[in-house]
Amino acid sequence: MKLAFFLAFQEVWRNRGRFLLFSLVIALITTLVLFIAALSEGLALANKEYLEKINAQLLVFQKNVDLSAAVSRLSLSKINDIRRVEGVAAVGPIGFSNGVMVFSDGREDLNVSLIGIEAGKPGAPPVIVGKSFVIDRGLQVVIDKNVADRTGVQIGERIVIKTIQGTKEEFYQLEVIGITDKRQYLYQPSIFLPYRTWEQIRPQMTSGLQLVETISNVIAIQVNPDADPTIVADRIRAQVNDVDVANIVTAYKAIPGYQVQQDTLNTQSGFTLLIGVLVIGGFFQIQMLQKVPQIGVLKAIGVSNFIVAAAVVSQIILVTTFGVAIGSLISLGLALGIPSSVPIIFNGSSVLIAVGTLLLIGPLGGLVSVRLAVTVEPLIALGLSS
Amino acid sequence: MKQPIIETSSVTKTYRSAGNSVTAVDSVSFAIYPGEFVALVGPSGSGKTTMLAMLAALLEPSEGEICIDGHLISKLSESERVKFRRQNIGFTFQSNNLLPYLTVLENVELMLRLNGYYGINARQRAINSLVRLGLEDRLHNLPNQLSGGQRQRVAIARSMIHNPSVILADEPTANLDTERAYQVTQLFADLVHENNRAGIMVTHDLRMCKYVDRIIQIEDGKIVADLKTRQEIDALISCA
Ligand SMILES: Nc1ncnc2c1ncn2[C@@H]1O[C@H](COP(=O)(O)OP(=O)(O)OP(=O)(O)O)[C@@H](O)[C@H]1O
Ligand SMILES: [Mg+2]
Repeated sequence: MKLAFFLAFQEVWRNRGRFLLFSLVIALITTLVLFIAALSEGLALANKEYLEKINAQLLVFQKNVDLSAAVSRLSLSKINDIRRVEGVAAVGPIGFSNGVMVFSDGREDLNVSLIGIEAGKPGAPPVIVGKSFVIDRGLQVVIDKNVADRTGVQIGERIVIKTIQGTKEEFYQLEVIGITDKRQYLYQPSIFLPYRTWEQIRPQMTSGLQLVETISNVIAIQVNPDADPTIVADRIRAQVNDVDVANIVTAYKAIPGYQVQQDTLNTQSGFTLLIGVLVIGGFFQIQMLQKVPQIGVLKAIGVSNFIVAAAVVSQIILVTTFGVAIGSLISLGLALGIPSSVPIIFNGSSVLIAVGTLLLIGPLGGLVSVRLAVTVEPLIALGLSS
Repeated sequence: MKQPIIETSSVTKTYRSAGNSVTAVDSVSFAIYPGEFVALVGPSGSGKTTMLAMLAALLEPSEGEICIDGHLISKLSESERVKFRRQNIGFTFQSNNLLPYLTVLENVELMLRLNGYYGINARQRAINSLVRLGLEDRLHNLPNQLSGGQRQRVAIARSMIHNPSVILADEPTANLDTERAYQVTQLFADLVHENNRAGIMVTHDLRMCKYVDRIIQIEDGKIVADLKTRQEIDALISCA
């Protein structure tokens, strides 16, 4: 074994130029895979962050809308029906729409998700700085940390939100009273408004239209601690007309485009890994073909197949690990230099999985060359074959 | 009479491939004693390399027995053969003997490491043998920085360093000019004699037989002459 490592290492060391070059190829593949993984993680989070962190176990949608929050319309009378279902602890309406934060002092405009919630109800975010609103119709907002980071807006500051009412741009002045943690929704940083305020400000087809009945997009539900959310969901479906119920994971996976995007990125990363396997396999196989006479001599002088194979495997592991390490460092360096607006997240489990897979593909790709090394006959050292 | 180191009895090797079979070695029997340096000569295709491969336990005879150092080769398992090769045999090939990524010293040490000897003593032993072969200022060079003759000398050092009782060489001088070929052959002879080993060198070049104690001539796989006296040997050399 010691001899195998010695041979593997000396060969790499004495040909360090070639092996370094090849390690860099592995490093580039690593960087690519890591970026795809980080992008996948980042994009997913930017899409679902609000829903993932929500203080609720179930979300109620209108029936037959494929769990699309943008399409779903629920009259607020449903809230009372749902509240009566056994196992439901609390309910809160949530309204989603978009607006633009505009500034008069030269700061850049920012597109935001406007999320209407009821204070203290499911769907309301925890305030980490400042306070939450107490009434449901004040001109007060809670911004998420992304908004705070990107605009520099602070507690007590007055901000202006622009939305389209009918065909006209309307501007609304609101006071920031609290900041919550990062809660993006559909790639946009979020601003939380009292529900009634949200209803007035959200973009509408006709200006000044007064609805007979207030509506929301979805309703968030907290179930009793001792109740099983799945059973409660079944009960709601059975007892409330025209609604669909989903748990949080199902809900964000149903965001239009979410799954398609994740699948695309996963496929891409799968292909990149496949390329990695082929490149590593090809490199070591070509090397091995050139080394056949050498290996014949080694075996002829009494080196066992086991040592030959161990040398090949340890060399592959050495080179792959080195390449993956360099690639990870490159990714880390690049990640530090990338602006925060690019949705790339390097601490997700997907990145760890990617590194793990990369470390595995080396030996996998090298299996062919190990096979070749083992089948080389010592007789070829003498120019004979059996 | 001393015990022979190598003894073959009616060794035959037949290569069989689809349709035809070639008898490369045909019931060959000989015994080689300690301190004997033997040249195995014969025309191309006469079975010299095949014979050597069987002696090194790389190839199984179709018939007959080979006994080396008390080991009956046919009785050894595959892993015992590997062990037998690394302990009892010293091998020099025509070319490509050395690992290109190991220095001269490391190439020689390899044979010791293979047999479980590491450390300062092993290294010193390898250095001594290389010094003996005039390679003291080449210890840390890679093989591609050496001349062909130097490379073969390193290969010889490697083939002897672990004290094998049998030295086998297949045309070790084929790629060398006459002067170097003489040097290398003489070196072989000296090292075989000094340590009472049994040495077999396959060669095309009868002039190299100047340094051997015995010539076994084969043709079509059969021994046609076994010359043991100085006069016989010198006579053969002079007719070449
Ligand atoms: N794998 C094989 N299959 C069939 N025939 C073989 C095989 N290897 C060798 N031979 C035949 O066996 C005979 C002896 O070959 P060998 O290589 O032992 O001769 P040699 O005396 O070493 O020749 P040379 O001086 O050219 O090296 C030749 O006729 C050769 O064609
Ligand atoms: Mg030959």
